[in-house]
Amino acid sequence: MTQQNRTPEGGRIDRGTPVTFTFDGKRYQGFAGDTLASALLANDVHLVGRSFKYHRPRGIVTAGSEEPNALVGVARSRAKHAGGEATPNLRATQVEIHEGLAAESQNRWPSLAFDIGAVNDKLSPLFVAGFYYKTFMWPKSFWNRVYEPFIRAAAGLGKAPTKPDTDTYANTYAHCDVLVAGGGPAGLAAALAAARSGARVILADEQAEFGGSLLHERGAEIEGKPAADWVTDALGELGNNPRVTLLPRTTVFGYFNQNFLALAERVTDHLAEPDPALPRERMWQVRAKEVVLATGAIERPLVFPENDRPGVMMAEAGRIYANRYGVVPGKAIAVATACDSAWRAAFDIAEAGGTIAVIADLRAEPPAALVERAGSLGIPVETSCAVTGVIGKTRVKRVLLGRISDAGVLSAGEVEADCLLMSGGWTPNVSLHSQARGKLDWQADAGAFLPGDPVQAQRSAGSCRGIDGLAEVLADGARAGVAAATAAGHAGEAPSFAATGGDAGGGWWLGAVPHDRDAARVRAFVDFQNDVTAKDVKLAVREGMHSIEHIKRYTTTGMATDQGRLSNMNALSIASGALGNEIPQVGLTTFRQPYTPVTFGTLATTSRGDLFDPVRKTPIHDWAAEQGAAFEDVGLWKRAWYFPKGDEDMHDAVARECRTVRESVGIFDATTLGKIEIVGPDAAEFLNRIYTNPWTKLGVGKLRYGLMLNEAGFIMDDGVVGRLADDRFHVTTTTGGAPRVLAHMEDYLQTEWSDLNVWLTSTTEQWAVIAVQGPKAREAIAPLVDDIDLSGDAFPHMSLREGHVMGGVPCRLFRMSFTGEAGYEINVPPSRARAVWEAVWANVEKLGGCAYGTEAMHVLRAEKGYIIVGQETDGTVTPDDVGMSWAIGKKKPDFVGKRSLARPDLVAEGRKQMVGLLTKDGKTLLEEGAQVTVERSPARGTSALGHVTSSYQSPAAGRPIALAMIAGGRDRIGETLHVPMPNGGIAVEVVQPVFVDPEGSRLNA
Amino acid sequence: MPDTALYAPATTEGASVVSRPDVTVTRAAPLARLAFRGDATAAGKAGAAFGASLPMAPLAANPVGQRAALWLGPDEWLLLAASGTVGEEVPWALAMTLCDEIATAVGTHPHALVDVSERNVALIVSGPRAAALLNTQVFLDLDEGAFPVGQVTRTLFTKAEIVLWRTGPETFVVECWRSFAPYVEGLLANG
Repeated sequence: MTQQNRTPEGGRIDRGTPVTFTFDGKRYQGFAGDTLASALLANDVHLVGRSFKYHRPRGIVTAGSEEPNALVGVARSRAKHAGGEATPNLRATQVEIHEGLAAESQNRWPSLAFDIGAVNDKLSPLFVAGFYYKTFMWPKSFWNRVYEPFIRAAAGLGKAPTKPDTDTYANTYAHCDVLVAGGGPAGLAAALAAARSGARVILADEQAEFGGSLLHERGAEIEGKPAADWVTDALGELGNNPRVTLLPRTTVFGYFNQNFLALAERVTDHLAEPDPALPRERMWQVRAKEVVLATGAIERPLVFPENDRPGVMMAEAGRIYANRYGVVPGKAIAVATACDSAWRAAFDIAEAGGTIAVIADLRAEPPAALVERAGSLGIPVETSCAVTGVIGKTRVKRVLLGRISDAGVLSAGEVEADCLLMSGGWTPNVSLHSQARGKLDWQADAGAFLPGDPVQAQRSAGSCRGIDGLAEVLADGARAGVAAATAAGHAGEAPSFAATGGDAGGGWWLGAVPHDRDAARVRAFVDFQNDVTAKDVKLAVREGMHSIEHIKRYTTTGMATDQGRLSNMNALSIASGALGNEIPQVGLTTFRQPYTPVTFGTLATTSRGDLFDPVRKTPIHDWAAEQGAAFEDVGLWKRAWYFPKGDEDMHDAVARECRTVRESVGIFDATTLGKIEIVGPDAAEFLNRIYTNPWTKLGVGKLRYGLMLNEAGFIMDDGVVGRLADDRFHVTTTTGGAPRVLAHMEDYLQTEWSDLNVWLTSTTEQWAVIAVQGPKAREAIAPLVDDIDLSGDAFPHMSLREGHVMGGVPCRLFRMSFTGEAGYEINVPPSRARAVWEAVWANVEKLGGCAYGTEAMHVLRAEKGYIIVGQETDGTVTPDDVGMSWAIGKKKPDFVGKRSLARPDLVAEGRKQMVGLLTKDGKTLLEEGAQVTVERSPARGTSALGHVTSSYQSPAAGRPIALAMIAGGRDRIGETLHVPMPNGGIAVEVVQPVFVDPEGSRLNA
Repeated sequence: MPDTALYAPATTEGASVVSRPDVTVTRAAPLARLAFRGDATAAGKAGAAFGASLPMAPLAANPVGQRAALWLGPDEWLLLAASGTVGEEVPWALAMTLCDEIATAVGTHPHALVDVSERNVALIVSGPRAAALLNTQVFLDLDEGAFPVGQVTRTLFTKAEIVLWRTGPETFVVECWRSFAPYVEGLLANG
């Protein structure tokens, strides 16, 4: 509870609001406004994790999202209350503390200070670049079972949660004229300029506060105000503009084609007790006319031996912790640098009361003004001086210095320090420009890749394109903002912002720092998160990796959560040195989405659970549920599967339902069938072309079974079609095929037959369909029908009538059957379907009938040999294959698929044909999908004759029945074939595929 | 509430889907709905009989009292009509009468007219946050400059097809097929 590293005053934290949190179970105190990293550093905690491969102790390196080491698991109070788990792999530099927050270090056991896995560090000579590729090659079978599980267990970051996520996530689609990514000085200036031009602006920044570097810039003034005050005023202006959307805590993580960008907003993670109605995170899917990238620059580490020890940090991070959070991260701080900006960090820390042990600059002659200022602050300065190592394992204790001369590096002694700030200069952050497919230009004099010409409607502004100096950055941002607004149709003039201070200065260093140590024994890290050293990069080059893309994959450098924003330039420089090639020739790896890791919840947004897909229910659904029906999914629909009574299992229920339909009557919900109303003078001609059947002569009031082929001549859908008028047909499709069939029809109508005067309207949901089937079907519905003569003569099988039921409810009554029994399908408006259903049900019940589900429907139709598209057919089946040549209008000049039906392979002998199968023992139920062969136990490699497509226990036949597609099947009727199964072949007899009432006499009863 | 005389909030139980200070979502009472297809001549005759002309401009709606004609495509309109008395019964009789009158007026000129009164249901989304709530699932730009009052379009509500009509600065009507309504309502309630 001491916060021994906290300055007495200053910073943007709220010292009046202490916050208690835990790290690895130990309680600490920070202040509101702290990140987990700043609060830990305030308590002098640097050691926060173990590295991925070597389990080396690691500390906080940065103050931003590029943090490689301080990855922690965080349990938030809300998630804990809901029974949720900790979120792994969060960067402590981005986690805002709140009361009750519990953070855990990762990748260590049993404890952070003593970690068994650290033995890997001792074995490190084994774990060189390409280690996995070299070591775990043989035997091959060991990879899946031994090597990979072991590697995954030993190396790794946080543990993935195992329980469902208890949080909610939201989504927002947004459009704007100008999206500004990054809310530092360039981004704020761009947003102000664009907004003043009248553009619709979205300004997003990944940090909790807008302002970027201005939040820790001491002494800089803009428009005569301290920089932080100018930020406050700018946000006030933007916040009051209704055409501006400000999104703090929001990372622009993906830049896709056509200026489509994805943003992740962290809505409530920073709150102790958030409003339960608010989501955890919100995905923003933004279509921006123009984009301004103001993503700043990222400070580059120095690559020297032991540069990964806890206490070694980026210089600017030290400055941020001191100025923004009031934390001086050590008692004696050494600074190692090759650039001017690190000197400012030293000065700010010294002025905040910290002790700077030394500034060691690699340059021989750093600017005199800096040296002079250091002198006045009493800071020792070493020039031509490299840091050559660090003593101390879990925390820096002493820093080794070396003098650079023509003769090489000579030891220049040691300095006592518990913190070392380093800076190799600045790498412009070009990730989003690169994601937007923009090329990069190498600037040799700046040692940096800068954004080249953009491919999309975007422009970079400020230090992400190498602009230096606060006034210049503001001007560049304003220019970019106006240019973007103008391009989006809102011309304006760039505002100018007078500014003083805030100059970054010059100087930079790329690649490994020279040293006087034993090269075989020391390791200088290039990529902290993936434990890649300078030696690994050189080894990769020696082993033949000559492209940076190969080096990246061989060593894993640049594959960290920051995508190499910290490490890439040093790795590239080392590789180019080893290859003897210029940096641009070695290339830079591509930056890809996401910019930083994104939770799965944010990617899934609201598409989860019951709302993942629409769950379509019929008006009869609730009735069926009340009756205890089991449901199955058919497409997006829920369909009643069977209606168990008492202790019945599925088998018993289906058998009873089937028997009842054949003996008396059953009621069935057929609402989900697709329905299309086809209207227009050319409607019959259209059907002639779309279906195999002839339609011209179908009389009004008549029904016909229709078969639809695709261009290849294969069955694609079927259904009953009724003629309501000369120019009006009521078409039904399969449940799952409805959208596909309508699209198929529209496609032909619009592209091939635009001469036809006919239109298609989906009426699937205009009508609920109550099927009533069985010998007592007419009895069941007759009392309810107002104005239709149901007698067999007036209303024979395969006809339809329009009329009313139940005293005025409009209906389309079909007399048809999918069971082989006499039956009706009553089409009524869904709003009255439940009432009609219950009225029919009352009659059905009186007659000893039952409600039946899709499973009984399947059995009943299989007993009659009626096909189900998608079960008997699989997209390679012609009408003749399933014995339906009768459905083809022989005299029609054309229909979709006709030409293909004459193809040689479709008329060849030996095609698979639909037949029935009866097991010889009369008891065994075949498995659907099982292969059918001539021999009982065919030799391995023998081709099957075909397979079982449908198999049921048939109550009507009193035995199992099956349908199958068998090569030359119709000629094999009467033969005995076999279905080989693991327990031996099953003998089956090939029969006609009709098991009940082959004459069809029951249909007309 | 909606800025047309056409849509009335339903009075049935559960009709209020979302009720917050800044946005409400309410089921609308049933309407007569007709799908009309045909060329400009057919549309002209149909409009005269219907009492609201069928707009020729893309994405346009023409509300006239308790009738409205919505442009859905170059040869496609959705015709909406409320009966004089607000009720919870679907006005089949009105739909049938309109069908007869329009069919008579268009005569033998090729066209298609189909009653879809029961196919669709409607939700009224209203309030200062109406556009923002819809934008949780609708990817169109609903800024008034881009999607002005009176504009209507067929679009996607994530995985459901809808017809979206802006009837006022802060009021939209969402029409969807009836079995998709629980999905649309569920996402709006969570949004």
